[in-house]
Amino acid sequence: MTMILGETTIPGAATLATMQLWYAAPLIVSVSLVCAATRHELMAPILQHAARFAVWVLGFMLLFMALITLMQRMA
Amino acid sequence: MAQAILPPEFSGLPDDQPLVIELKTPWLAALLAWAVPGLGHLYQGRTGKGVLFFLCVLGTFLYGSYLGDGKVVYASMPGQDPWRWQYYCQAGVGLPALPAWIQRNRALGGKPPLWGGWMAPPAGTRTPWVDDSGKTSTQPDELAAWIVGMHPRHELGTVFTVIAGLLNLLVICDAYAGPLVLRPPAASARDPSDAERDAANASGKG
Repeated sequence: MTMILGETTIPGAATLATMQLWYAAPLIVSVSLVCAATRHELMAPILQHAARFAVWVLGFMLLFMALITLMQRMA
Repeated sequence: MAQAILPPEFSGLPDDQPLVIELKTPWLAALLAWAVPGLGHLYQGRTGKGVLFFLCVLGTFLYGSYLGDGKVVYASMPGQDPWRWQYYCQAGVGLPALPAWIQRNRALGGKPPLWGGWMAPPAGTRTPWVDDSGKTSTQPDELAAWIVGMHPRHELGTVFTVIAGLLNLLVICDAYAGPLVLRPPAASARDPSDAERDAANASGKG
């Protein structure tokens, strides 16, 4: 995949950006679990809350990705 | 001995009973939670959460340190530019971030760094750096050479370790006071007109 920035073409840059997004996965898991565990005491509600929190964060990230992609296309 | 009581609707117990949590000595639990993530909860007998916090917070911190080749956690010297404000967030993780402070104090005293320079502040001297094509350039200081050489892992490692430190602040609060429960306001504490409207709605539905 090729990314075009102004007049400059950077081969593989979009692939690199996509690969770097995977670094968010362990962070989302960790943050979701810790935040959920500070709201509940038992493991079952912690895991349920963490799953909801992770989905919410992913949705938020996807929304911003879509916005940034749209802005890039319009530029 | 201090206790935290989770109300029935937040306890997670099947029979809607309030959940009593023994906090033992809260300040000691908070101190232990700062020193080693999860240790305060283990001290209180909250083993499941202690293990979860230990794995999540310390795992995030160690993974960040690994990404940054052990060079993302350091405390900058007085007047060093840029000031490493991130260390004060990383220090939230407790003892695992303490070697950086020891290395800083050794550098201040003019002593050589310990442990092969692990967590030592970067030197302010010009540093040669060889890129992938074999070309050599001179970076203005050691930090610049780290950033160029590791890009983008230095930034990622910094983010991971900073978030680990900040997450541990939540863990410390949980060890001190128990889970944070945001209860909706009780009917008596709300505006009386709201309570009357709720009552009217309820009777209308019935």
